[in-house]
Amino acid sequence: MLSRTAQIRLVSSHPEVYDPCDDSFALVDALLADRANLLEHHPSICMEVGCGSGYVIASLALMLGKESSDCYFIATDINPHAVGVTRKTMEAHGCHADLVTTDIASGLEKRLAGLVDVMVVNPPYVPTPEYEVGQFGIASAWAGGENGRSVIDKILPVADKLLSDKGWLYLVTLTANNPSEICLQMMKKGYASRIVLQRSTDEESLHIIKLWRNLDTQLEVC
Amino acid sequence: MRLLTHNMLSSNIKGVTNGFPLLIEVEKVVEKQVDFNEDFLRNMFPKIEWKALVEASRTMGYTELPENAESSMLDSDEFLRKFHHALIELHLEEGALVCPETGRKFPVNKGIPNMLLHEDEV
Repeated sequence: MLSRTAQIRLVSSHPEVYDPCDDSFALVDALLADRANLLEHHPSICMEVGCGSGYVIASLALMLGKESSDCYFIATDINPHAVGVTRKTMEAHGCHADLVTTDIASGLEKRLAGLVDVMVVNPPYVPTPEYEVGQFGIASAWAGGENGRSVIDKILPVADKLLSDKGWLYLVTLTANNPSEICLQMMKKGYASRIVLQRSTDEESLHIIKLWRNLDTQLEVC
Repeated sequence: MRLLTHNMLSSNIKGVTNGFPLLIEVEKVVEKQVDFNEDFLRNMFPKIEWKALVEASRTMGYTELPENAESSMLDSDEFLRKFHHALIELHLEEGALVCPETGRKFPVNKGIPNMLLHEDEV
């Protein structure tokens, strides 16, 4: 039977790369729960920022199934080891995504502007000292600076630029990241939002936010 | 790296105004056969910078793409197949992408371009 998500036994690993964990599973569960909507949405371009082990992008490609032959998957990570691991994970699952080692979407922003229909992001969200942010290697997977927001706050304007009119963004956050404030900030840019999944583990409380352009609001403003 | 991705990449070096398209240095090209999807091609066509795709495919050794293209050509099966082949089936496995303005090389290894900048380029 065709699995709708990536299988852990087929996910590649490397000491400098973040293995799939509760947050990865939560994001994939959120996507699975929204699968019918995603299929109806007919995305042409799906992008993951921060692909890590490749667990999420592989799962997204698998769950969009046969229909995904008409979808272009692209994923980035600042950690070259992560991109290498994602390549192996995708191959092991018989999926393909084009991969780029880069900081968020640097190099892609000009040409992909307004073209991404689905973006998924499990960012480095852990509150850490600022100096830990953006270090190469595995710490880049979790170090989020003050309130864990440093990288999220860099990603949001990039997402705003890349998302198409019908674009959807799924973002993993912690309570510490102040998800309601993120939604408020994005609302001012014309986005609607919904917490699509909440999960508490021993360590942390995760909130998966789904954001999309509220075109009605934009019309009202005009 | 497919040419679709090459078509979406531009030089991200600080101060560069003319960073697209990146020139391609070929060390190894691989052809990977993929099922043809007409809807996908029709969808992508308006997003593609055609000249950059033609130039890139020629660098990779594929000379079948017409110099110019317009959407009416999407009705031709032959055109669609050539478009599909160039966009999706040609992979730069090893080589480099070169900034057209500075000459700076972004390495491509195992099909993955590395666009990470040095501190002085950001």
